[in-house]
Amino acid sequence: MNSYLKSKRGSKTDPGQKYKTKHEPLIHITKRTSVSKMAHLGYTLIAIAVALVFCGLLVTAISGIDPIKVYVEMFKGTFGGEVTKLKSYHSVAILLAISLAVTPAFKMKFWNIGAEGQVLMGSLAATYVMLKFGPYLYESMLIALMFAAAILAGMIWGLIPAIFKAIWNTNETLYTLMMNYVATTIVGYFIMVTDKSGHNNLGIINERTQFGWLPRLFGKPYILNIIIIAVVTVIVYIYLKYSKQGYEISVVGESRNTAKYVGINVKKVIIRTMAISGAICGLTGILLVAGTPTPSMNPDLVGGQGFTAILVSWMAKFNPLTMVLVSFLIVFMRDGGAAATDALKIDASIGDVLTGIIIFAIIVCEFCISYKINFRGTKKGENK
Amino acid sequence: MSSNIAIELRNITKRFGSIIANNNVSLSVSKGEILSILGENGSGKTTLMNMISGIYYPDEGSILINGEEVVISSPKDAFKYKIGMIHQHFKLVDVFSATENIVLGNEDKSLANIKTAEAKVTEISSLYGFDIDPKKKVYNMSVSEKQTVEIIKVLYRGADILILDEPTAVLTPQETEKLFSVLRRMRDQGKSIIIITHKLHEVLSLSDKVAVLRKGEYVGTVETVGTNESELTEMMVGKKITLNIERSAVENPVKRLEVKHISCKNREGVQVLNDISFDAYGGEILGIAGIAGSGQRELLESIAGLQHLTEGEILYNNPKTNQQDNLRDKTPLQIRDLGVRLSFVPEDRLGMGLVGNMDIIDNMMLRSYSKGKSLFLERTGPKNLAAKIINDLQVVTPDATTPVRQLSGGNVQKVLVGREISSSPKVLMAAYPVRGLDINSSYLIYNLLNQQKENGTAVIFVGEDLDVLIELCDRILVIGSGSITGVVDARTTTKEEIGLLMTKSKAAGEGV
Repeated sequence: MNSYLKSKRGSKTDPGQKYKTKHEPLIHITKRTSVSKMAHLGYTLIAIAVALVFCGLLVTAISGIDPIKVYVEMFKGTFGGEVTKLKSYHSVAILLAISLAVTPAFKMKFWNIGAEGQVLMGSLAATYVMLKFGPYLYESMLIALMFAAAILAGMIWGLIPAIFKAIWNTNETLYTLMMNYVATTIVGYFIMVTDKSGHNNLGIINERTQFGWLPRLFGKPYILNIIIIAVVTVIVYIYLKYSKQGYEISVVGESRNTAKYVGINVKKVIIRTMAISGAICGLTGILLVAGTPTPSMNPDLVGGQGFTAILVSWMAKFNPLTMVLVSFLIVFMRDGGAAATDALKIDASIGDVLTGIIIFAIIVCEFCISYKINFRGTKKGENK
Repeated sequence: MSSNIAIELRNITKRFGSIIANNNVSLSVSKGEILSILGENGSGKTTLMNMISGIYYPDEGSILINGEEVVISSPKDAFKYKIGMIHQHFKLVDVFSATENIVLGNEDKSLANIKTAEAKVTEISSLYGFDIDPKKKVYNMSVSEKQTVEIIKVLYRGADILILDEPTAVLTPQETEKLFSVLRRMRDQGKSIIIITHKLHEVLSLSDKVAVLRKGEYVGTVETVGTNESELTEMMVGKKITLNIERSAVENPVKRLEVKHISCKNREGVQVLNDISFDAYGGEILGIAGIAGSGQRELLESIAGLQHLTEGEILYNNPKTNQQDNLRDKTPLQIRDLGVRLSFVPEDRLGMGLVGNMDIIDNMMLRSYSKGKSLFLERTGPKNLAAKIINDLQVVTPDATTPVRQLSGGNVQKVLVGREISSSPKVLMAAYPVRGLDINSSYLIYNLLNQQKENGTAVIFVGEDLDVLIELCDRILVIGSGSITGVVDARTTTKEEIGLLMTKSKAAGEGV
């Protein structure tokens, strides 16, 4: 691929005045040779470092606060104390889990932007089971039932658009997006009919009895969630890289024609992959409710992470192990930014600006690794 | 410098990443001259022309028009300097008439008037000997007529320098001759013509000068009068090579595949195959000739289980069971499960036969990955196969873990053909297997097909170069507009005979 931006020049052709324009285009872009993985990583890290410095300068320019202080606060707010550290690890884990969920679908070029809704339906199913069957079942049976219900709910929410895609070739992007709104509305309705107080949330679910609360490992919250998600990460990595089904996903994603040519049942792969994608979302859903110290349910429980996860998955180039790093970065920027702006009494949107700058730096870095920009006048071997 | 030179390139260099597409190329074309640019695929012919027509911008060097240095940074600039390019793939609006397409996009008001345009189109046609109905809609046109519209389009805009990119690839021998006579007349009227091609006999019969490119390097320009095929080949390939296909006699032919009265429609409901019947024998190469898009792809895909047939059946005589299996309406997987050993080298190598972003090993697995009960992939077999193919077919690649997309066209095809042959097929279908390949790779593929034939495989070969079809095949099936228009013995037929058969049903089909 090669393209160039045209220089600013009158496009009107004037036959009388011939061949006057002689300058080359202002900018033209050429493709670079491929770079090694290590160099690639190096460039990315440099880009992030430059962006961090720039962010610091920007904060100082706006608020007059020492940039070092901002980063110290950001770090304190995420990986400072024992409790915040654990909480941040958990945030990373949840974001990672949703990213893992969308990845098989994305690898198949099925644009599942409905993770938000799929997670939410999982949470809803778990909440329902907690409330409805809490008093009647043994704890272990209850939790098993919650897991099954949550996974099933997420799966169904993912399967509906997949089946429509497979059979009638509907647009999965719109479909999965709309399913998010449906999920939000259902949750809203569920809360309304369950909680008559009109607070639009259920408070802490089973607060007194603690029915269906996931067990604390080592006496600490979140540990179980983190372990489960770590296991899922490894499984997804192996599934995509070494299993036959993972191979089929890659083939379908790269070329449907090739898939048909070798006899892969494309419809089946689409449906199966979305079932997996939805199931992981559903699993995240139950962890998000029952795996926290204060299980609660509200329509905004997922908080847009279903969309952030898309970013994580793409930035990591669909590699589950890289996603761990990207999730860390995003959580550090998001939660750290919030903590720092809070602590330093600066406007909260600064945090979003910083996140934006970092992501922009990474994207520009990717572009510069693949392409070279040539400016006018840098041409070698000029004639005359 | 005489003012007779219409266009001159000086030391043009163009790189794509580390690949040098053109290195220090210099050439010139005078007014009233036809220059052929000859080179194998990937030698940089099209890149060079794209720089003249404003699609790419050169990294180094300069372009001179009528002795003045110019900057061509967009197709609009090229048009300004009266350069017109006729691309390999036509850019016409189907529902418009010839004149409407010709007028389209003209900013000049005087050229955009449709009423006066028609008269002018007729004038241009009679001047150069084109045969065109200005009112005819493009969707009713044959490939050759569409090409005519493209040529008139650039002439209408006043082009003095015409560039034609592989114009004969889609034409029958008769249509090619017609095009050449038009081009000669244009030359006699003082136009400069550059024609890109890799067919030697066309170069010799048409052009005044030949510029040869090899792997992006400019080899030199020779006068057509003083050269011959073997000299040009040597310039093109870089060494002396003897080219011949060793065709063995057909021994013990076994009826392997019986295609009976098959018909099929494409997605738009257009009849693409119409009552086709033929038999393919083991130990024989059956060629399929026809104008591009006459149903060749659909025919092979029907046999491979990728097309839904509206009528007819495809019978495979299974040597294992001594039974006939009907392949109609079976998926590729079901066909394989029947024990039918069918291999298929499709036309679209990276879009169908292989996965471009996967490495050679993973591409080896495409056909065989699902074997066995394990949930996980078995990569040692494919790894060994990849190593074997790289070694046996001399695939040029850094290693077996290189994505096939990064290989050159010839090496991509070696990987694909190697894989398809590795399953020792009973039927081997290959669609345009040498398209885009250099001469050496082409002959390697021909030899592989011949080997398969000698092993008793029924080989079905869809080709576009009639010379090769006649040299390689035993029988040639000619199809036109989805119907069989004739079956000829390759040892006795002529190019002209096949050419006539190719267009036969087209005339008949239009009457319907």
